[in-house]
Amino acid sequence: MKPLITCSHVDFGYENHDAVIDLNMEVCPGDYLCIVGENGSGKSTLIKGLLGLLKPTGGSLKIDEDLRRTGIGYLPQQTAAQRDFPASVREVVLSGCLSRRGSRPFYSREEKQLAAENMRRLGIEDLGRRCYRELSGGQQQRVLIARALCATRRMLILDEPVTGLDPSAIQDFYHLVRQLNREEHVTILMVTHDVGNVLQEAGKVLHLKQRVLFYGTAEDYRASEAGWLFLGGER
Amino acid sequence: MQVILEMLSYPFMVRALAGGLLVSLCASLLGVSLVLKRYSMIGDGLSHVSFGALSIAVAAGWAPLPFSIPVVVLAAFFLLRITENGKMKSDAAIAMISASALAAGIVVTSLTTGMTTDVSSYMFGSILAMSRADVVLAAALSAVVLCLFVFCYNKIFAVTFDESFARATGVRVSFYNGLTAVLTAVTIVLGMRMMGAMLISSLIIFPVLTSMRLFKSFRGVVWSSGVVSAVCFLAGLTASYAWSVPAGASVVLVNLAVFLLCAAAQALRGATARI
Repeated sequence: MKPLITCSHVDFGYENHDAVIDLNMEVCPGDYLCIVGENGSGKSTLIKGLLGLLKPTGGSLKIDEDLRRTGIGYLPQQTAAQRDFPASVREVVLSGCLSRRGSRPFYSREEKQLAAENMRRLGIEDLGRRCYRELSGGQQQRVLIARALCATRRMLILDEPVTGLDPSAIQDFYHLVRQLNREEHVTILMVTHDVGNVLQEAGKVLHLKQRVLFYGTAEDYRASEAGWLFLGGER
Repeated sequence: MQVILEMLSYPFMVRALAGGLLVSLCASLLGVSLVLKRYSMIGDGLSHVSFGALSIAVAAGWAPLPFSIPVVVLAAFFLLRITENGKMKSDAAIAMISASALAAGIVVTSLTTGMTTDVSSYMFGSILAMSRADVVLAAALSAVVLCLFVFCYNKIFAVTFDESFARATGVRVSFYNGLTAVLTAVTIVLGMRMMGAMLISSLIIFPVLTSMRLFKSFRGVVWSSGVVSAVCFLAGLTASYAWSVPAGASVVLVNLAVFLLCAAAQALRGATARI
């Protein structure tokens, strides 16, 4: 299968320092890749690079032509300002269609249908007129996934999605992502601190600390030294 | 009603009414984006910079608008940059810049013309300040702001709600932020002499906060802000004429009253929903 994203010896960085050095990896359709690492290890920089917001400073980054055209579904970390933002669920989901718009100013009927369809898939069609700030953390994440799916069906990048969710909402969330990955073949790239849980979910793991400490399958990661240390030394 | 008709028989009141309505409309629309992005203090900072620039222009004998608009626009870009970079705590930086600009304005004025009524009218506004040219400029500004909100509404929503997502979907976030900053700067310079440097930022903040008590959707808040702002300005100006109080202050008080009413209504609704 043709990979969606190929990184060979890629460096990402800002003016005076490199945040990610010599990264080699491949993301294929249907993958469930989990990116772990401590704070400041270059995870967010890597995400920016994959989204095309940051040019690689070295090496070559190849992104599949189709994916480049339709864009990547992105679920950013929530900001404090969003917690009291007056917006209806429908407005938020619909804003995911923005990348399809180009310079046309208004949303078309197809885009509204697409938004409605994605809300149905995530079980939030009843919430359409509700206010985003009144929803629970788990419901808010569903809204943001629906928005990301409006941009693309092919790949989701999730940036620390479970931060601030309660334990049952976290399980619920992983279940949902697994479903999208297995049944709808959405490629998943997830940055997370919740390593313990994610190893049961993810197919592949990338452990970053500027350089790649580990890249491979989740089983191998548990057995590797990097994984052993990061998981707190519990086998 | 008779008061309003009598008020409109004075040409300067008609100019104040037209100019003020347009400026309040622009301020409230831009305010939606600024307040929700937690940039409300930028409006306050810019009004002080505008005061400083205006004082210097008057002291040096330059035309006030051509000098202060570019200065305030520059300040707007600068403040935005600080806020975006997060290098310095932005609230502290803005407070520092406001105080410095205010101080510079006061020193320059007292060294040249002395602290006259002019300074007081910049601080607290004067109903006589709207000239014909100001009204024309306010009309042009409103046209630009309205076009922006009609044709780029969805992009403004995306940029306001979630900058990272907007950036990832290819929206030029910095461009929209810059545009908002420039338009805010022009709005403040235009409205400042009538509303007063200390009071103009209320036009940006109050209508949005009031609307957020009433509406749960972004579209609702945008519409309501425009309407609330216009109605409060009309009521404030009429009150100012009827009781001979400064227009800026009475507009602010009307805004406050409406805000308190809406907040009370919201609290009441919340309480009845719980029962």
